Amino acid sequence: MTELVDSTNSSESYTMTESAVPNISAGDGPLKMTTRNVDVFYGDKQAINGVSIDVTMDNVTAFIGPSGCGKSTFLRCLNRMNDTIPIAKVTGEITLEGEDIYAAKMDVVQLRARVGMVFQKPNPFPKSIYDNIAYGPRIHGLATSKDELDNIVETSLQRAGLWREVQDRLQDSGTALSGGQQQRLCIARAIAVDPEVILMDEPCSALDPIATAKIEELIHELRGKYAIVIVTHNMQQAARVSQRTAFFHLGTLVEYGVTSDIFTNPTQEKTRDYITGRYG
Amino acid sequence: MTGSILFLLIIVLGGIAWFFGRVKATRFSATNPKRGTVHSLPNYHGWYVALWAIGPALLFLVIWNIASPALITDAALASPAAEQLPQGQFARGAILAEARSIASGEQVRAFNPLSQSMVEPYKAAISYYQMIGMVAALLLVFACGVFAWLRIKPELRARTKIERVTMMTLLLASLIATITTVGIFASLIFESARFFSMVSPIDFLFGMEWNPKAVAGPRGETGFGAIPLFWGTVFIGAIIAMIVAIPLGLMSAIYLTQYAPPNFRAWMKPILEVLAGVPTVVYGYFAALTVAPALRDFAVSIGISGASSESALAAGVVMGIMIIPFVSSMADDSIAAVPSAMRDGSLAMGATKSETIKKVLIPAALPGVVGGVLLAVSRAIGETMIVVMAAGLAANMTANPFSSVTTVTTQIVQLLTGDQEFDSPKTLAAFALGLVLFIVTLLLNLIALRVVKKYREAYE
Repeated sequence: MTELVDSTNSSESYTMTESAVPNISAGDGPLKMTTRNVDVFYGDKQAINGVSIDVTMDNVTAFIGPSGCGKSTFLRCLNRMNDTIPIAKVTGEITLEGEDIYAAKMDVVQLRARVGMVFQKPNPFPKSIYDNIAYGPRIHGLATSKDELDNIVETSLQRAGLWREVQDRLQDSGTALSGGQQQRLCIARAIAVDPEVILMDEPCSALDPIATAKIEELIHELRGKYAIVIVTHNMQQAARVSQRTAFFHLGTLVEYGVTSDIFTNPTQEKTRDYITGRYG
Repeated sequence: MTGSILFLLIIVLGGIAWFFGRVKATRFSATNPKRGTVHSLPNYHGWYVALWAIGPALLFLVIWNIASPALITDAALASPAAEQLPQGQFARGAILAEARSIASGEQVRAFNPLSQSMVEPYKAAISYYQMIGMVAALLLVFACGVFAWLRIKPELRARTKIERVTMMTLLLASLIATITTVGIFASLIFESARFFSMVSPIDFLFGMEWNPKAVAGPRGETGFGAIPLFWGTVFIGAIIAMIVAIPLGLMSAIYLTQYAPPNFRAWMKPILEVLAGVPTVVYGYFAALTVAPALRDFAVSIGISGASSESALAAGVVMGIMIIPFVSSMADDSIAAVPSAMRDGSLAMGATKSETIKKVLIPAALPGVVGGVLLAVSRAIGETMIVVMAAGLAANMTANPFSSVTTVTTQIVQLLTGDQEFDSPKTLAAFALGLVLFIVTLLLNLIALRVVKKYREAYE
């Protein structure tokens, strides 16, 4: 993996090479995050093998692949959530706005404020809806007055499309909401700290189809305001919500490109087999 | 033949019955090898016969042992020697008891010559009834064993029956524990009722003066005001001990669950739990001989008047240390029970570890922690050895931790040690105190268990 395409000047290189090295560029739009040769080890086991990929501001990027392919593991590298697993070791380079996020001087706490995350299962804190949203702004000191905090809470809930449903019961517990509402609450919570990137780890896998549709609609609306990376095992979902798709298999990045190309005209046989449902 | 030999004999006969039952069953199993024609394996038939042989005979022996003393006494009294006995119930009882213990070989020589004359009738009665019991038991073994053996047929559901016997045995074991608790509670209530017929419950529960030696006489009792004891108990067990145990236990639980490297945790946690296994008497002399004098000297050196060498603080601090493992293991469990999604959610918001612990983990684990603390309090207020050795006997109403206070448990020990008459209010007061303690710890345990359970449900 040494012949990497330089991401900064490869904005229109969608002509797929036939080599095993997948295209890593996201194409158009300002670059937000880049990864180069990222390996992840859990103890002796290698979970991610030399993944290089670019994430842009304007596109929703989807990571797809069969279970255990490492897509979630890789996602968790992007905000260093793998740090919470003592045996996990990450090598290679990951940058946010050109800054190496694994550098010694990088403040993980600040990084996670800039790269928010939404988890597979909705995980609202057992606090009121208001306190759930206010949690991040409070710990980061984003609001200097109660009015300002109220304002952040309202804006975040509006952006997450939850405001109208909960505006009259902000003091109710966040865990009392339905699953889909809880997940939108978690998205609102992530938005409240004004991140640059939002990582979503299979955000709809615990939701029913109607709640899923609402989340997908929300992702469309948030596009452009935040760089969004979504992991999904649902290929239709990737096709619906994303503009760029990366296909992972056994810890390696097999193919990366414009979503419609990946789904209609994949260059790699593995990708074609996966999206036509031959395995997965 | 003594009881234990008879018992062994019955067991041996049971073994023989097992063997015969098994042999008979093996024979028809061999002739009916097809599955389903013989309901149970030969082993089950063996046990079936053995249990029939042993069970009724042992049950009979138990009943006989309870019933026969009365029969023996009646027989002895019917003898001519009994006519010289005094009529007084008390003297008569003493003589009979002495004669009986000589007859059964527990005592060598009589103090009362009248007893000596009763020994022979007693001996005769005892051997007569023992013989009846033995013969009847052995007859039962044979009768029931043969009855069961005759019933062994291929279609006998021995396996099902053994299953039922197993279940009944387990039920019996659990009933014994439960019934004992009920019995203890009943005896507490009964004795307390006797106490409260002499001392008004209001004087007892709300009286401010505890001095049970100052008994004025029947129906005019004073000095049974238990408030100073309740205060001492709460002061040591629920205030001082908890001021020590809650922060230390909680913080050690947080460190062990959230910060400690796995190998450090692996040997730190067992060491902490060893604290719970130290005998309380060891804590007691640690409190009395090391902590209390040190605290007294400290108090004197900073000029606190009334510092006693048996201080509430010494007992409370040591009790707090004893309680640490309870608080920490409950807190450990409830923090570990908070889903890791909560923790990840907070960390992913850019919260630091300690912010996550303070704002998410502790609030979420709080009900479990509270439950643990309540259990610890109920353990602390029932704790006896430390306070007996270190807290003192003076029933003071004071908030000064350097002075001496006394607790409910200490006073129970005081009231019941030494020779006591079991119908004076002074002794019966111990039962009333025990009842109060029992009710309070029971309520604390119930509340704690409910709190913990409710909280567990919230996450499952």
